[in-house]
Amino acid sequence: MTGATIRVVLPPHLRALAHVGSEIQLAISGPVTIRSVVDAVEASYPMLRGTIRDHLTQQRRPFLRFFACGEDVTHESPDAPLPEAVVSGAEPLLVVGAIAGG
Amino acid sequence: MGLTFFSTFGLRCTSLLTTNTGRVDGILQIFGSNDGFNRMGGKFMSTVRVLVGTRKGAFILTSDGKRKDWKVNGPHFAGWEMYHLKGSSADPNRIYASQTSGWFGQIIQRSDDGGKTWFQPGTPPGETTGPGGTPKGESNKFVYDAARAPLTTHQWYDGKQHPWEFKRVWHLEPSPSDPDTVYAGVEDAALFRSTDGGTSWHELSGLRGHGTGPNWQPGAGGLCLHTIILDPKDPNRMFIAISAAGAFRTDDGGKTWKPINRGLFSQYIPDPRAEVGHCVHHIAMNAGRPGVLFMQKHWDVMRSDDAGDNWHEVSGNLPTDFGFVIDVHAHEPETIYVVPIKSDGEHFVPDGKLRVYRSRTGGNEWEALTHGLPQANCYVNILRDAMAVDSLDSCGVYFGTTGGQVYCSADAGDTWNPIVRDLPAVLSVEVQTIA
Repeated sequence: MTGATIRVVLPPHLRALAHVGSEIQLAISGPVTIRSVVDAVEASYPMLRGTIRDHLTQQRRPFLRFFACGEDVTHESPDAPLPEAVVSGAEPLLVVGAIAGG
Repeated sequence: MGLTFFSTFGLRCTSLLTTNTGRVDGILQIFGSNDGFNRMGGKFMSTVRVLVGTRKGAFILTSDGKRKDWKVNGPHFAGWEMYHLKGSSADPNRIYASQTSGWFGQIIQRSDDGGKTWFQPGTPPGETTGPGGTPKGESNKFVYDAARAPLTTHQWYDGKQHPWEFKRVWHLEPSPSDPDTVYAGVEDAALFRSTDGGTSWHELSGLRGHGTGPNWQPGAGGLCLHTIILDPKDPNRMFIAISAAGAFRTDDGGKTWKPINRGLFSQYIPDPRAEVGHCVHHIAMNAGRPGVLFMQKHWDVMRSDDAGDNWHEVSGNLPTDFGFVIDVHAHEPETIYVVPIKSDGEHFVPDGKLRVYRSRTGGNEWEALTHGLPQANCYVNILRDAMAVDSLDSCGVYFGTTGGQVYCSADAGDTWNPIVRDLPAVLSVEVQTIA
């Protein structure tokens, strides 16, 4: 599985930090997993380092979750393959922040 | 998707910072006077720039030396908690800002044009990768010096030891001489320094490692290092304060530190006169007299005349000596300001009246300043970094409230006017006086 171009939807505050629109596209070589996608996000948009996962521990920030194809993949292994529809670019990986407010 | 988990950190109770008056605030107006003419006889008009951090963004308020008409610019970083913004004395266009979020962690922002545009240090606007492998995305990386094993834990609320965990930057203190050197006070309490304009940060671990660190414990607002005062006459001397650990001083540029809490009495801790454990809310110093410090403790307003070695109480006739802010007049080192708050259980001003108290005697004798401030049905708080003074001839005093008002007095507190009334809750106020 090489040369995949995947789509990622970021929460609005991270779009503003990275100066991007609602969706970004990333080329990933090798397995497409949560870890490899976040690695690619941070490589292309270094200003987002530390915002999705902790710099040091690499733990996902607790108020963020990951969704793919209508499924919550937050608690899957970060090295588990993402669905084929995400790998093919048919569906985006969603990075979603907890709802703020009431 | 049924995503319904909620923010639970809406309340920050006791701990927010104020400005340290020890600051050399922005650029001194050397020849300025309040009427717009300098002492040399020529037309002269200073600019005052007020940097306001709020729970939902940053605002920049500007005026001329008269401080009557204001331009409000913002919000910058809308939706983010802006704990603190502060400009460099060495370069007034250089401003550092702490942008933080429970969702996305800590971001350091920098402006090199007086707040018009901002970028994360090391990642200039429009760039995603740097030339020559310049480190990118490191400016929000604060890593404790874990090499020293005894530094790895502090006391938790329940008395057990708890690992140090970086949460956010509470206060940024630029060097008075070098715009690229800036200090950061963080939660969990530690002091970091950057010498490359905020691109990378390194802990001055001698503070956490001096021996009392395992006895520090958080106040309700967190274990935060919220006050940093750089001695303008001695570059090796710094003062910092931590809630709830107390005040500390270094005389060797941050290598070694010692607690400076003798004379503090805190009846809410097991040993009221303990070496550490005091909930110091803020410390202020007049830059022209760096040995004299004024402290607003959780309860008690205190004074030290020997650089913190000994403290004595100067609460005097204040209606309550609980509060957060304290500041010193720019030109009168015995004139100090506080805003009494009713109690640690009721974080609002007493009797529904917003009153700044001024002492012209270095404490003990206080007068209420009320002209222009609401004197009925007012229940705001003024957080610890939300008061500042400018350095114009007629010293301006500024403060922001949790109700979103920012007040200015252009006559050292005699009269007050709101610059803005309806901002988000104000977390910090700093002032630059620019010639």
